[in-house]
Amino acid sequence: MTALQGCLLISALLFAIGFAGAVTRRHAILVLIGIELMLNAANLNFIAFWRFGPHPEALTGFMFVLFSMALAGAEAAVGLALVIAIYRHKKTSNLDEVKELKG
Amino acid sequence: MSIFFILTAIVTLFAAASAMSLRNLVHCALALAVSFTGIAALYLQLDAQFVGFAEILVYVGAIAILIVFAILLTRSGEAPENSVLTSGWMAGIAISAMVFTLLGWAVLNSSAIPKENPPAPVATVKNVGDALMTKFVLPLEIIGLVLTAAMIGAVIIALKESSKSETAGRES
Repeated sequence: MTALQGCLLISALLFAIGFAGAVTRRHAILVLIGIELMLNAANLNFIAFWRFGPHPEALTGFMFVLFSMALAGAEAAVGLALVIAIYRHKKTSNLDEVKELKG
Repeated sequence: MSIFFILTAIVTLFAAASAMSLRNLVHCALALAVSFTGIAALYLQLDAQFVGFAEILVYVGAIAILIVFAILLTRSGEAPENSVLTSGWMAGIAISAMVFTLLGWAVLNSSAIPKENPPAPVATVKNVGDALMTKFVLPLEIIGLVLTAAMIGAVIIALKESSKSETAGRES
């Protein structure tokens, strides 16, 4: 197993953990935490391919990770604001009780 | 892969798993911070120093703290009495196990993965800054705009919605 495969396996496992948490937990903040873990797994993939890929001097994977970190910051801010707004409306942050849009 | 790399990966994955499985939300946020620190250590060992320190600054310093604030603002700091899992949690676990199996199979059997390790690339802060100011200047500006819009949007969403009822009360 090469180092690149090791990194990819670690990030696959991190993605699976984040996905399992995001779809199984009931609390809205934990779903956001799961999404952050999945984003981090994708970033780890980018860095691994940048490090072990053919043209690391072009810095493309590196820059993609920097920009995706900025986007993750924006996403976390908006997501947590939504959680707070929902809590203020309904006095709950349990996702099973927020189901107005359920068909 | 050095033994230190494997140890860091184990700590990271264990912290991530406990962040997703603990009952108390504050403990979850702390485990998440540990997991982010482990990922930053992995970046440092992959010769991406700038990204590693940015990870600590952005994720451990900002996002984990923001999550703790949201937990305390929604008064969900104590562990709940009833179940913390959704009704369809077994299907979720099964799907994520299938996702991991597929990804792991693809990683281990892919022919596109190069066999030899290239020498460590140089990504000094000067190189990164040069690239950001020349080749990636348009994405940089756009990301600034996106961050500003997200900040304003987050403030507006989280604002108290009492203005309408207040003005109605004043008019009557």
